[in-house]
Amino acid sequence: MILKAEKISKEFIRETKNSNRFLALQETDLTLEARSLTVLTGRSGSGKSTLLNLLAGLMLPTSGKIFLDEQELYAMPDQVLSRFRNQHIGVIPQGQTALHSLNVLENVCLPYTLRGEDAHQAEAEALLEQLDILHLKSAMPAELSGGELRRMAVARAVLRKPELLLADEPTSDLDDENTRTVFAFLRQAADQGAAVFVVTHENDAFRYADRCFRMDGGRMQEQSAD
Amino acid sequence: MKISRSLPFRNLAGKPVRTAVLIFLTALLSLTVFGGTLMITSLRTGLRSLESRLGADIMVVPYEATTKSNLENIVLQGATGYFYMDHARYEKILSREGIGQVSAQFFLASASSGCCSLAVQIIGFDPETDFTITPWIKKSYSQTLQKYDIVVGNDLNAFVGDTLSFYGTECHVAAKLDKTGTSFDTAVFTNQETIKALIQSSIDLNMNTFRNINPEQVVSCVLINAAEGYTPEEIVNDINIHIKKVKAIQTKEMISGISDSLQGVSRIIGILILIVWILGIVILLLAFTMSVSERKKEFAVLRVIGASRKKLAGIVMQESLLICLAGSAAGILPGLLILLPFHQLIEEQLNLPFLLPNSGAILGYVIGAILASVLTGCTAAAASALRISRIDTALILRGDN
Repeated sequence: MILKAEKISKEFIRETKNSNRFLALQETDLTLEARSLTVLTGRSGSGKSTLLNLLAGLMLPTSGKIFLDEQELYAMPDQVLSRFRNQHIGVIPQGQTALHSLNVLENVCLPYTLRGEDAHQAEAEALLEQLDILHLKSAMPAELSGGELRRMAVARAVLRKPELLLADEPTSDLDDENTRTVFAFLRQAADQGAAVFVVTHENDAFRYADRCFRMDGGRMQEQSAD
Repeated sequence: MKISRSLPFRNLAGKPVRTAVLIFLTALLSLTVFGGTLMITSLRTGLRSLESRLGADIMVVPYEATTKSNLENIVLQGATGYFYMDHARYEKILSREGIGQVSAQFFLASASSGCCSLAVQIIGFDPETDFTITPWIKKSYSQTLQKYDIVVGNDLNAFVGDTLSFYGTECHVAAKLDKTGTSFDTAVFTNQETIKALIQSSIDLNMNTFRNINPEQVVSCVLINAAEGYTPEEIVNDINIHIKKVKAIQTKEMISGISDSLQGVSRIIGILILIVWILGIVILLLAFTMSVSERKKEFAVLRVIGASRKKLAGIVMQESLLICLAGSAAGILPGLLILLPFHQLIEEQLNLPFLLPNSGAILGYVIGAILASVLTGCTAAAASALRISRIDTALILRGDN
């Protein structure tokens, strides 16, 4: 799957120095290809997460279009887009994103079970083992540390083997060892065919990336992966 | 159960205190709606039953019996008592214009001493002319009452085949009447032949306050229905003007006090239902809003995973439906457990006719109360469901950082 973003921008209504509009993302073109891992860095508030949310189909761009293969993302009605996101896009959002009434394994299996499909527990357990939290599969989210919850969210995002994997600060609560584990994991997803897009502050991420970008004031510029 | 279906249930189970409070609120709402409606209906059914049992437009009694409370106590409240007037006055009434159906009744109160099995009001009627008691007795006993046959009210501790003694005279219980929710449930009915014999026995035992009467020459009251073309008011006025030492009363005036009390009780219950309903809606609205607000992040995560806006709204509505159904059950059950076994106690405490509707109607009120709670809960949850279906997922996820 190839993602193409054509001249997308995002403007918010917010008080600024000169107007009541805030341009979070200036006109941007981006292509994400299968089997590639793209890293985006930048300061807080520079527009990184805005771009990721636009690519995930969670935020309507002010201008421009986003295509996944031939499908225009925002031309789909909500029900179709939701199903499409469920089946083709994996998202690791910022922060703690567990459903507190479900245990770890149930949280991981949600991409399947939410739509009434079989849970694929064996695959979920294999992912948890890879991320070193299989022993916590029956634990409730309240019993987990921040790092463990992040790894749970990573497992949940990759369970359906999405063609597009979008990660927003996936290692923000992790120690060095787990950060390496998660990046290796995302790299593996890319090697297995996914187009992976990671928003991060971690310089370590460059080591795993095929392409690197930096966002500054809503403007994205490509950088050398070295 | 699959997560897609069990998620609302799991969400509720995950917050037991909040869920218990919401269920308690809807239970209170259901209990008030169901219990209040059943109370009002039972009181109205009781009043209708009383009207139907009185069954006549006009009652004529000896003047001395008409210190109104005395008469009402005997006829409406189930107090025991008796009074008599000459049969000649009955004859005079018969001769007046506008009289349609007419029949005499005979009262006697049994004593609580050894001569009587029960201290009750005994009402005798003339089977030839009676139009108020016979149709009602026919529902329980289709044969003609023989001498010393009696029919007992539903609340009396006597059964068909029993023998009851009144002033030393043994009477045979031929039938037991259906419940009416009125003072007639504690009375005994018999034909005029039997009651005249009982009156004579009471006189013989020197236990009747009217010592010099001839039971064959007296009646206690005369019941009248106006003939076509005449109003009860006209007949009442005519009798009161032209026949001495009697008092004619419209039966609807007799029960006007009860009707007023019933309206008062109904109004209070109605206001209570309205207040609880409004409070219920407001509190449930706030509770659902808070519940959804504190889980905005979870709903955003579900959006990320692929839940449509409709699905999110569905989860909120299902949660409210589960709460309302559980709350309805928790409210209606105690309502049934209080009202069904203790309806007689309620009747005694209210001192008003109180007759529970039939089981089909009660089932209807149960369903109605469930629907009212579900409607209230779902209305309160709808605003939250609408709000959550419009969440800005990206904004919520970003807000966490």
